[in-house]
Amino acid sequence: MEDLFTGSVLIGLLASAIRLATPYLYAAIGETFGQRSGVLNLGVDGIMLMGAFSAFYVVFKTGDLVGGVLLAALVGLLMGLLMAFISVTLSAEQGISGIGVYLFGLGMSDLLFQKLINNVQTVSGFPVAPIPLLSEIPVLGPILFRQNVLVYGAYILVPIAWFVLNKTTLGLKIKAVGENPEAADTLGVSVSRIRYFTVSLGGMLSGIAGASLSIALLNVFQFNLTNGLGFIAIALVYFGGWRPTWVLLGSLIFSFVNALQIWVQVVGLPIPSDIAVMTPYILTIVVLVISAQRVRPPSALSKAYERLE
Amino acid sequence: MKKFGKLVVLLVLVAILSTACGAAEPAAPAASTGPFKVAVVTPSAINDLAFSQSMYDALLAIQAEMGAENFEFVVSDSMFVVDDASSAIRDYASQDYNLIVAHGSQYGAALQEIAPDFPGVSFAWGTAGDTFNLPNVFAYEAFSQEGGYVSGVLAAALNKSGVIGVVGPVEVGDAKLYVDGFVAGVNATNADITVNVNYTGSFSDVALASEAAQTHIGAGADVMTGSAQMVVGAVGVAKEKGVLWFGTQADQASLAPDIVVACQIYDWAVVLRDIVSLVNEGTLGGKAYALSLENEGLKMVYNPGFDLPADVKALGDAAAKGIVDGTVTIGVGGK
Repeated sequence: MEDLFTGSVLIGLLASAIRLATPYLYAAIGETFGQRSGVLNLGVDGIMLMGAFSAFYVVFKTGDLVGGVLLAALVGLLMGLLMAFISVTLSAEQGISGIGVYLFGLGMSDLLFQKLINNVQTVSGFPVAPIPLLSEIPVLGPILFRQNVLVYGAYILVPIAWFVLNKTTLGLKIKAVGENPEAADTLGVSVSRIRYFTVSLGGMLSGIAGASLSIALLNVFQFNLTNGLGFIAIALVYFGGWRPTWVLLGSLIFSFVNALQIWVQVVGLPIPSDIAVMTPYILTIVVLVISAQRVRPPSALSKAYERLE
Repeated sequence: MKKFGKLVVLLVLVAILSTACGAAEPAAPAASTGPFKVAVVTPSAINDLAFSQSMYDALLAIQAEMGAENFEFVVSDSMFVVDDASSAIRDYASQDYNLIVAHGSQYGAALQEIAPDFPGVSFAWGTAGDTFNLPNVFAYEAFSQEGGYVSGVLAAALNKSGVIGVVGPVEVGDAKLYVDGFVAGVNATNADITVNVNYTGSFSDVALASEAAQTHIGAGADVMTGSAQMVVGAVGVAKEKGVLWFGTQADQASLAPDIVVACQIYDWAVVLRDIVSLVNEGTLGGKAYALSLENEGLKMVYNPGFDLPADVKALGDAAAKGIVDGTVTIGVGGK
């Protein structure tokens, strides 16, 4: 019991948190773009499932890992386009259409799995790829630089998303469309084009999030593989106040607490398992409540835009 | 026009969805005399290599015994929403089925409500020991601690690191019995071994099961086990790291032929066979069953691809024999 928090334990926990946070990051960063432009896509989990299956299927049949990621991205993109078509072009109620997309992904991914594979199998996914030199750094090396390629990708995505949203004209347009679509429209920014772009991008990243589960972290596919992970990702977007860096922080805290609760159980601390598994969720709710006081969502979030002509 | 467009999209979505989530097999045409007809509702997929698959495999076995012309069955799987399951059970009851199996302890309350409305139809549910004193309800459960104990004995004999890891789902029902039986088996064989147990709080969280396996291995485990459909995540990690694995509910050797040592298999055919003959004689319920090593509803299946030393296997066989003849006391669930 006295060696509960040795250095190597902490390193293990942090490495574990980095892995666990990967699918959340892809999905939540993608969702951040959509929500910043005013579209709430609740279909993330369904898109992740379709991405997870597509990637798994390619790797199962051909062993081609890159092809798996590409197909997952494409399938995610198409589902993002579907969501954009329903919520932007048809201006359907966003919450309901997102749930429709989720249920479609949940059902369709299982149907395809039943018809094309039909039993639980494992594949060889992305191997751990230590980064030369960096992986030798004490403490940080094993935590950050001994992961697989899709894990690295998720963390590289964060500064890119930050840069696009805060330092480019495109980012400015996205935020303008999410805050005041009428004004943006008056200034010649196409609201629907921006929203199509962000929702498709979000779909693509959700597809990759699914692939990170099925061919990098778990290397398996079964019915409802994501188990609601996409909904946690949406909560993390709120948690992070629609800012990529804070979404990263939120994902890491949630994942670290999850890794910690597993560890606490494994070493046999006398805490009931029901309480332990609840902690990451309780923490998320608490932070959400606090952050609700602190930041304001994009003004036009979940409001369809219809031009007055 | 816009409203019409939305409606069309919604309808198309609903249509696609209903095909995707439909019954795994088409319903057989109704007939008053003829084959024995069974409808089954399961919470996860029938190919989950765990709880639901164990029932599906038993149905196939009974069908093979009785012949497809005498035994027909339909399955609605992945009914993890109890409300959906409950309407499926009611639908099946109002059609022409002889027996409706609600394969999940979470369906109990629904069944308690539905069964009295259909006194001429027989229902079975599990895992549970309670027939609600209803004349048309059978209950079935599994003494999964028995195979858990045998696996624990084998695991202790194969263990070298002094640490064994258990990836549990939720601390209830046959999952808890299995885990407790496993721990008892390890302790009875070598009390110096530390058995680390965690529960993920879910039957289906593959990602958490996988991370839990990583944590167990990080803590020194060289043998692991676990229960429920989420364990495929843990088996994947065990395979990658070369850690031995014991399965339960269904044969998981196909997932990782090199590291799966043995699996405890649930053979519900033992229960179904008896229920079918009782229903045919006019008894529609009132009996509770339990799978055990003694009635061969529980079986230890050794992975032929794993080279298990004969002396270790002998230990397992001795434990199984002891449980059957009562000389071994597990100390879990009245066994």
